[in-house]
Amino acid sequence: MQNEKIRSFPEMVKDAVIVGAVSAALALPLVGFKTVDRTTQIELEFRFGEMFYAVAVIAIGRLLLSLTAAGKARAVLFITAPLSILGLLEYAFELVPMEWPELAGLTWLAATIIAIRAWVFTRRDKAADDAVARATAGLPVAAVVTLFSRFGKFLGPAAAAFAILMPFLPFADQRMVDIGILILTYIMLGWGLNVVVGLAGLLDLGYVAFYAVGAYAYALLSLEVGLNFWEALPLAGACAATFGILLGFPVLRLRGDYLAIVTLGFGEMIRLVLLNGPDFGLLANGAKGIGDIPRPSFFGMEFTAAPKPGAVAFSDYFGLDFSPIQRVIYLYYIILLLAFITNWFTLRIRKLPIGRAWEALREDEIACRALGINPRNTKLTAFAIGAMFAGFAGSFFATRQGFISPESFNFMESAVILAIVVLGGMGSQVGVVLAAIVLIGGPEWFRDLAAFRMLAFGGLMVAVMVWRPQGLLAHREPTIKLARSPRETPVAVSVREKAT
Amino acid sequence: MSEKQLLKVEHVTMRFGGLVAVDDVSFDAGDRAITAVIGPNGAGKTTLFNCLTGFYKPTVGRLLLTTADGGEHLLERMDGYRIPQVARVARTFQNIRLFPRMSVLENLLIAQHNKLMRASGFTVLGLFGLPIYRHAESKAVDLARYWLERIGLVDRADDDAGTLPYGDQRRLEIARAMCTEPCLLCLDEPAAGLNPRETDELNQLLVFIRDHEKIGLLLIEHDMAVVMKISDHVIVLDHGAKISDGTPDAVKNDPAVIRAYLGAEEDEELPPEVASDLVSIAPGAIGGTH
Repeated sequence: MQNEKIRSFPEMVKDAVIVGAVSAALALPLVGFKTVDRTTQIELEFRFGEMFYAVAVIAIGRLLLSLTAAGKARAVLFITAPLSILGLLEYAFELVPMEWPELAGLTWLAATIIAIRAWVFTRRDKAADDAVARATAGLPVAAVVTLFSRFGKFLGPAAAAFAILMPFLPFADQRMVDIGILILTYIMLGWGLNVVVGLAGLLDLGYVAFYAVGAYAYALLSLEVGLNFWEALPLAGACAATFGILLGFPVLRLRGDYLAIVTLGFGEMIRLVLLNGPDFGLLANGAKGIGDIPRPSFFGMEFTAAPKPGAVAFSDYFGLDFSPIQRVIYLYYIILLLAFITNWFTLRIRKLPIGRAWEALREDEIACRALGINPRNTKLTAFAIGAMFAGFAGSFFATRQGFISPESFNFMESAVILAIVVLGGMGSQVGVVLAAIVLIGGPEWFRDLAAFRMLAFGGLMVAVMVWRPQGLLAHREPTIKLARSPRETPVAVSVREKAT
Repeated sequence: MSEKQLLKVEHVTMRFGGLVAVDDVSFDAGDRAITAVIGPNGAGKTTLFNCLTGFYKPTVGRLLLTTADGGEHLLERMDGYRIPQVARVARTFQNIRLFPRMSVLENLLIAQHNKLMRASGFTVLGLFGLPIYRHAESKAVDLARYWLERIGLVDRADDDAGTLPYGDQRRLEIARAMCTEPCLLCLDEPAAGLNPRETDELNQLLVFIRDHEKIGLLLIEHDMAVVMKISDHVIVLDHGAKISDGTPDAVKNDPAVIRAYLGAEEDEELPPEVASDLVSIAPGAIGGTH
């Protein structure tokens, strides 16, 4: 089963020593020295103790991994699993004060990874013994995903119902609703980018540019022209779509890595232009950003305790006590509505000729041309529609924050949105939701983990790459199924399927 | 050939820098006829095909397509995607180019993209599920079903095209090309990699297309079992130039063809694949052994 050779114990020790030596060489400059900023000068401190500890962890870990592969998985599991659990308990209850918390964390991390690996191996051995289990053998992740796809039909509506009721559930405080807004914004961006990347297969690393265009368009339209949120929203979307087409034209002939680089450049260009503040109304603010962006109103009613003369406040009209959460909940429902529209639109368009043409273009552009599909128009519509949704989301972002500056639209945002699409499984709507909850909600909820937050994030990404390289939910349903003609009875079909 | 001419290829030359891939080739392809283009490897067959289907623009020459309703199209002046869309020339590829991660039925519907696009009011009407679009889609599915029945893949309609066996993929690609409702179907080595039974089925399919769909077929092929059995007209290319043109029997016995396949000096030690080709092309060539 394992493609690695089973080695003798001395060989493993030798291997572990070599690995230790290599890591020592790497760790010496990285961990061994530390510069300390003293008042007069920068001084060098030595951290050889820590360094040797880390190298020892790596060497022992390597030895344990070799043992795992050599069939001693259970024994390794017995050593590492208690360590891992102990580490968790330690973290939760702070049993003993520790001198080197980073190193304790490192040990815990190593023990946990090895324990997981050993556990996978014990499962694998078991599966090899048991021929029946082999068919279903696999990883827990896979099992969960199978479960998801089996109940996928109910998952969507259930999630939608939860999303609608969320602000009124007992545990929902303002912070929860705020995180909900953030997650929904990224879900919407993910769904929008899914059109470009997931369906049309155009790797777009500058998606945040359209988000920025939408946000700035809304800011200008509301502050300079005086439109309210609902009037400005479609215009901001149209503006972003125009930029989508503008970007689309020069990159029509590019694909794959080349397209990614150009879109990356485009994303940065928009940010830099905004940063430099072109002389166009409020855009001249540049890095200072634009503030005092109007909040959305509910049929003309503001969410405020002290309405302007002549205006009616939402809370007064409905006879409620003013509370800031009312505005947050209203924002939550706006983004929920926008996200639902995005979802409805993309689900629908996937079943239309243009949606199928996008997917065909992703699969084989040359074949598309041979079938008379105009690749230029097809690509441009994908860019435009993806950009339009980013524009809507950008408007929402601007109205929610009340303040926008170029710094909100850096490359990291594009990367996160792309990560959501890829992690969720290209083209999968539910996958995007799951990935957005994990990638956006996770770091927000686990802020207490402090420095380990990003480590956990990275570990998660690696885990997904190993176990679900196609994304969490990569299953693709055909957009149309052939209705069987009467003479093709289901029995006959199933018999024939068995025969083949 | 007594039939009406569908395609006139006139003095087509294709140069890549200093390399002349196709050198002043002219021929006619008849409507409702199977025209085969054969030749040794590197003779320029696929390049000629790519000129014809808009993937290359020929350096010199004219490609005139006259459809049954009298419409005339100069293919060398058209954008690649407009050739199948407007002039109705469909093609298949030497290395199969299906949409592997889409279902068989979807593959056949994408072939009807332009028709469906118009019916969906360029997406706007289709988005709201108007009956015009639903009707058009069900008609498109009917056409797809017709071809699936033809190629015996109705049962696999909802499976991913990439999961089909090789022979089925070849036939699906032909069915997909036919779903564009072409007046000329160009096939680039349709029998490559097929076993004898599958080759037989392919022959039947191609003859069916010629006789029932009443369109012209142009094929590049190495498999002489296909070329000699079903083609009405054979064109032989060598080093980019046309060396022979006529009925299968006439071409078989053309000394220029024998020379191109065997080389100028007739050597007794032939590679086995050349020898077998030779037996089918030119029975009299190897010392009258046939």
